[in-house]
Order: sequence, then C-alpha cells, then structure tokens
Amino acid sequence: MSKIPRLSVRHLTKRFAALVANDDISLDVMPGELHCLLGENGAGKSTLSSCLYGLYQPDAGEIRVDGKTVQLRSPGEAIRAGIGMVHQHFVLVPGFTVVENVAVGTGSGWRLGRAEALSRIEAICSTYGISLNPHQFVGDLSVGEQQWVEIVKALYTGARLLILDEPTAVLTPEESRRLFAIVRRLTGEDLSIVLISHKMAEVMQSDQVSVLRKGRLVGTVVTSQVSRDQLTTMMVGRSVAAPTRAGDAKAHGETVLSVRGLTQLRDRRPVLDNASLDIAAGEIVGIAGVSGNGQDELFECLAGLAHPDGGKILLDGETLQAYSPATIAAKGVGYVPSDRFRDGLVADLDIGENLVLGQQWQARWRKGPFIDAAALDANARTAISAYSIAATGPSAPSRKLSGGNAQKVILAREFAKATRLLLCNQPTRGLDIGAIEFVHRQLLRKRDEGCAILLASEELDDLFALSRRIGVMFRGRILAVLDTKKATYDEIGSLMAGHRSEAAA
Amino acid sequence: MLDALFQAAVLTSVAAATIRISTPLLLASLGELVAERSGVYNMGLEGMMLMGAFTSYLAAYESGSLWLGVLAAGLTGALMALVFAVLVITLKIEQIVTGLAVNLLGAGLSTYWLRSAFAGDGKTPTIPFFADVPVPGLSNIPVLGPILFDQRMLTYIAFLMVPAVWLFLFRTRYGLIVRCAGDNPKALDVKGVRVAPVQYAAVVFGGLMAGLAGAFLSVGQAARFVPDMTNGRGWLAIIIVIAGLWRPYPILVAALVFSFLDALQLQIQGVGIAIPYQFMLMMPYVAAIVALMIRRSRASAPARLGVPYTRE
Ligand SMILES: Nc1ncnc2c1ncn2[C@@H]1O[C@H](COP(=O)(O)OP(=O)(O)OP(=O)(O)O)[C@@H](O)[C@H]1O
Ligand SMILES: [Mg+2]
Repeated sequence: MSKIPRLSVRHLTKRFAALVANDDISLDVMPGELHCLLGENGAGKSTLSSCLYGLYQPDAGEIRVDGKTVQLRSPGEAIRAGIGMVHQHFVLVPGFTVVENVAVGTGSGWRLGRAEALSRIEAICSTYGISLNPHQFVGDLSVGEQQWVEIVKALYTGARLLILDEPTAVLTPEESRRLFAIVRRLTGEDLSIVLISHKMAEVMQSDQVSVLRKGRLVGTVVTSQVSRDQLTTMMVGRSVAAPTRAGDAKAHGETVLSVRGLTQLRDRRPVLDNASLDIAAGEIVGIAGVSGNGQDELFECLAGLAHPDGGKILLDGETLQAYSPATIAAKGVGYVPSDRFRDGLVADLDIGENLVLGQQWQARWRKGPFIDAAALDANARTAISAYSIAATGPSAPSRKLSGGNAQKVILAREFAKATRLLLCNQPTRGLDIGAIEFVHRQLLRKRDEGCAILLASEELDDLFALSRRIGVMFRGRILAVLDTKKATYDEIGSLMAGHRSEAAA
Repeated sequence: MLDALFQAAVLTSVAAATIRISTPLLLASLGELVAERSGVYNMGLEGMMLMGAFTSYLAAYESGSLWLGVLAAGLTGALMALVFAVLVITLKIEQIVTGLAVNLLGAGLSTYWLRSAFAGDGKTPTIPFFADVPVPGLSNIPVLGPILFDQRMLTYIAFLMVPAVWLFLFRTRYGLIVRCAGDNPKALDVKGVRVAPVQYAAVVFGGLMAGLAGAFLSVGQAARFVPDMTNGRGWLAIIIVIAGLWRPYPILVAALVFSFLDALQLQIQGVGIAIPYQFMLMMPYVAAIVALMIRRSRASAPARLGVPYTRE
C-alpha cells in the first residue's frame, strides 16, 4: 500500500557562511501531491528550492527522487531527474522571443529546431489554456505574461516534479486562479508540485503544507486538518489577523497631489490616457487594476522617472513635471517601485548603502567629503530591527537578501524619505503575512502623520483595508474613483475588466 | 594635384586596398564578436594578433610553407585565448585588466622571441608572401573584378566569415546558446547547459581569429615581421564590434569604413599631397572615436558582458 514518494528530502542543511539557511530539513512529496512551503521572508524556502534544483549544493543531507538517491550537482542533473522549476525572480532573456527563451539549451546538435519548439509550445499553451504570442520579445511582455513564459518553460522540460517559487506574486487574482486550475490538472496527471506562496487562500488549497521558520522545519501538516490561523501561528509564532478595514484618518488636510489629464504615449498609443486624480494630506488613495494598464507609467511620471506627453502634475500647487527625480524626492516624495531589483536596489551595494541611496550627499550621512560609515551602520541597524529584515548584518549585499527582505529595505528607505507624498506601487508583493500586517500599520502611521499616499496593489484586500478611495485603471485611464465604504469587490472587479458600471458614471 | 586622386585607376586601387586592409580587422572583430556575445570582453586582442603575426612569420620562415604559418598563428591565438579564458572564466579575474596584461605579454614576448631567433639588429629577412588569387571568371568583370575578386586567400576567407558567423549566431542552436550566455547566463544554467564551456569555446574561437588576423599582417602582406606591427589594429577591431552594434553585417560596414580611411591615407601619401602623413594616419582612429560617440548607447551590447557568472 505504501507508495514511494516522488521526492524525499532527508536532513538537508545549507549554510551561507555563518548563516544556516536550511537546518536539518526532512520532507516527503507523493506523486500527484500539491505540497506548499510556507514561511516568513527569509525562512529558507527559495534556498531549499535551489538545493532541489541543483543550483545550490547542500552541506549535508540526502535527496531522493522516486526512491533513488540523487546527487544534484547542477540543474542539468535535476532536469534529468525529472525536476522543473519556476524561479522567484525571472530568469529570462529580454532580447529573445518567447520561443527562443523556452527552446534555448534544449534539443541537440546544430539545428535550431525553431519549428518543433514552436509547435510544442503551442501545444502546451492550448492544452492548459495559456495565451501567449510565441513570437513576441519577452522584454515587451508584462510581468504577468513573463511569468507564464516561465511556467511554459518549466512544463516544456516534461518534469515529474515541479517547484514553483512564488509564481502568483506577480499574477492577478484571475491569472492565479487559472494557474491553480493548471496545477490541479497536473497533479491529476500524477505530477508532484512544490508550491511557495505567501497567500493563505492559495496555501489552503494544497494537500500538505510544510512550515519553515528561520531555516528550520516547524512541521508538515495535512492541509484539510488545519485552519488558516493554526498555519500562521506555526509560521510566525503568533496569530496574525487578516487585513481588516482600518478607520479613516480623523481629518483630511489640503490637497497635496493633483494630477490633471496625464497622458503618455508609447509608439503613438496612449499608455496613460487623460488620467486625473487628487490626494489630500492624510489620505490613502488606492489604485486597482490588472498589471500593465498604466500603473507603472503613472508612478514613473509622478516620481519624475518618465516625462508625460500631456497633462499636469501639481504637488502642493507646484508643477512637478520639470523636475528631476532627485528634486522631487527632496520635496518629501517617497517612491516604492514595482520591480524591486531593477528600480529599487543596487544589488551589489550593502543594506546600509541601499538605505541611503539618493540621499548620500545629505549632511547627516557625510563626514566632510566622506560617507559616514558609522551613521550608515547605525541607520541600517535601526531599519533591520524595525522592519525585521532577515540578514547577516548591515554589510550584507542586497543581492543576497531573500525576495521579501529586499522589498523591506526599499520600504524602510522610502517610508523614511516621504514626508509629503508616498508613492507605493505593489508594496506588499512577495511579503509574508506578518510583514504585510506590518506594512499596513506603517502606511496608516504615515497617513496619520499627514502624508498623502498613492497605493497600487493587485491585492484588493490591501486596498479595501487601507484606502479611503479607490481608483480603477484600465488601458491607461482612471475609469472611476470610488468611495471605499460604498464600493464592492464585484464593482471594482468589473471596472478592472473595463466594464463601466452605472455607479461609476 | 588633387585630380591625381580621382583618376579611375587610382580609385580602383583605393577600393582594392580597402578590401585588403579590412581583412585583419574583419577577422579579429568577428572573433571578438563571438567572444563578447558569450559575455566575455577580450581586450587582449592586440597581443594575440601580434603573437599570431610573429609565430606565422617564424613558422613560414622555418618551414617555407605560408599555410603552416597561418596554422601556427591560429594555434597561437587560440592558445593565448585559452590561458586568458582560464584567468577570466574559471578564476574570474577582472576581464579588462587581464586583457591589458595579455597585450603586454604579446608585445614583450614577440619582441624577445624575435631578438633571440634572429640575432643582430632584429631585422627579419623577408619571405615570399601570399600572392593574389584571381577568382576565375569573376575577376574579369570590369571595375568590380580587380577590386573584389583579385585578392588573397585570407581575404576571401575573412569575407566569407561574415555570413558564416551570422548563420552561426542567429541560425544555429549553439549560436542561440552563445547569445544566451552573454545576455543572461543564469537562463542557460537553469536549462542544464553549463556556462563556462560555452564561454571557453567562444573566447578560444576569438583568439584563433585574432591569430589569423595577425598572420595576414605578416605572411599575408608585409612578408616579414616588425615589432609592434599590429599598430592598434586589435583595438580598432574592438571598436568595430561596438560601432557594429554587436552584429556581423554592420561590423562588416564599420570595418570597411575604417579600412577605406586607411587606404585613402596611403594613396594620398603616394601621390604626395602636402598633408602631414601623421594627420592622415590619425584618420581611422579619429573616425573610431566619432563612431564611439555616435554609438554611445550600450543598448545592443550583451546584457551581462564582462560580468563573471556565479550561482550563489
Ligand atoms: N546566496 C546567498 N548568500 C548568502 N545568504 C543568502 C543567499 N541566498 C539567501 N541567503 C540568505 O538565506 C536566508 C534564506 O533566504 P531565502 O531566499 O531562502 O528565503 P525565502 O524563504 O525564499 O524568503 P522570501 O519569502 O522573502 O523569498 C536569508 O536570510 C537570505 O538572506
Ligand atoms: Mg524566496
């Protein structure tokens, strides 16, 4: 009766210098099982995945696939053992088409085999209902579409065990539902899936959950036998409330940000189309919308990183367009970009340096012409403890941070900088629920200090919990700005799909 | 006196010289292209070319066979590139600095070897050099025939390498792998293709081509070896790769432009126009600086060029 597990991990330990990222981990995944890995940011989930995919070499322990012990010295050996993986951060070539990204390194001999690759990709897409144009360059795709390319890449290798590291972090709720339908079909075909997610609703759909905390395995449980609360308690060591509607600030001040008819063209087509919006001091305005509908462009215009082709941006009554990002930042504007490693951090600088990025010339970080290392260090230590950033210390290069911890570094910097206006584009992407709760509290604190906040999130829960009004973006336009108290999820959802409802008129 | 420049015969000879002069530039820059596409800067091109020029001369002088000379040059370039690859790929030493060291090595070693092989003032005896090989039929075409089809064997090879390298990079499975290594080596690694062997192969190919380029200078046209005879052509080849936006056909165009300026300079000296010859000598390099300024965008450069790949 006892089936052989597809994957067995025994006493796996992985160290990075002094830091033990995985400490004596043992778990089993059966054929056809959806197994979730749950844990706070920096708990060691991605490290474990990388060990299973041959990217990292464990310092101790054993990995068995279908009962056979395997030595995974490289991803090649993992692929041959039937393991596939979608990485937490995209591993794509922007200058290659979808076909080239999927096909590169597969096949044999000199022939490119583009036609065969194309037909196999089309077969995968039609079997699982994925819509992708295989001839498009990956650099032109939205983050959501790029994630689908990664998923097709993983399916293309014909793996029997798939590791998905936070695949839904950059997918919309609708796309995530589609991914789960695919995942269930795959488990029905006897594939095993190891899924990492911070979204409890997704975790609750799995068969088993292994909870990691600070590199150790807290336990593996059968999902149907535990509650959401029990899982979060296992994960963070205390219970965390789901985001609930926070009271509005007592008073709203004067208008801080006023956007009028903002328009931006790309290839003569508007990516921002006559968008208008006001935010008052002490107010949080949410932006809902499927990613790629102009949110990134709106934020980039506001932060001074892009120049609008038409319209006006006023901060405290002063036109902003003419200013450089540095000048805008100096006026008390903080900006949390959606792509953290591209726009938010310098990967090779350490945490202390990243925390003062853009302000390094200010007197408080300097000692004469030199950087004041002691001030940076003290500042970093404060941020590390305030935001509970899991890192070896202030001098750890940010490249080595886990995804969620890298996000926390950006939040710490921008929250400190913002006094008038805080621009947050997907600030909770990739954060664990404890961290999300923390970010929510910080946002409310900023609001109560009188900061005007623009908050874009694909998590409607975030928006409903925090914002006083919610604007919905579709094809570069702000279709409507609704009062959160009166709005419903359905109403927002249909606006996100481009249907103008009566209420919005 | 200017009219002397514009006679048909003169123009034909400038054009033919352009083609001839572009040979080493094309060979070296196509090799460099492949290496850079795999993510490795080979700044040691000049040194590899110079050593290629010397060993081909030496081998041809000792054996009496020009083709043995060419073979020796290719092997020398490849061997130097292999050493370079160990340093920058396996040991991950800074690529630019290592390249500069290779240049110093090439200059020093070729001169030292020259002095010890040919005692005396270091003047080398001349040897016969490659003769022009008219392509039967085609070389009789008026105007174009003498320009394009009355050249040396290595020149034909260099020009054929342009479509060959293009086909390789853009139409073969290995070419896609090389380009992936330069743009995102991790994307290759996660497919189970090891990055280092790909880069080794690309760099060694680049060295081989640099060696051949050197051979053209000594046994291909000068018929002897002179210290420092590459005279900056290795550097020019690196600039040509940038000016050609890392693509084979634009690289061909860039190589022809630089060669034309050089050919013109030779011709002007020949007819004795009163422009200081140093000024004319400078022209290809001025053009190179202008090209770099215009093509200042690095947008088309391989994204991970010069960055050693590590997993952790
Ligand atoms: N290459 C590395 N070198 C040094 N330390 C590392 C490296 N990679 C990860 N770490 C550290 O190991 C710990 C675990 O990181 P890991 O990426 O596995 O976390 P995670 O559970 O995936 O978190 P997240 O949910 O934020 O993605 C972190 O403290 C991280 O800083
Ligand atoms: Mg992770």
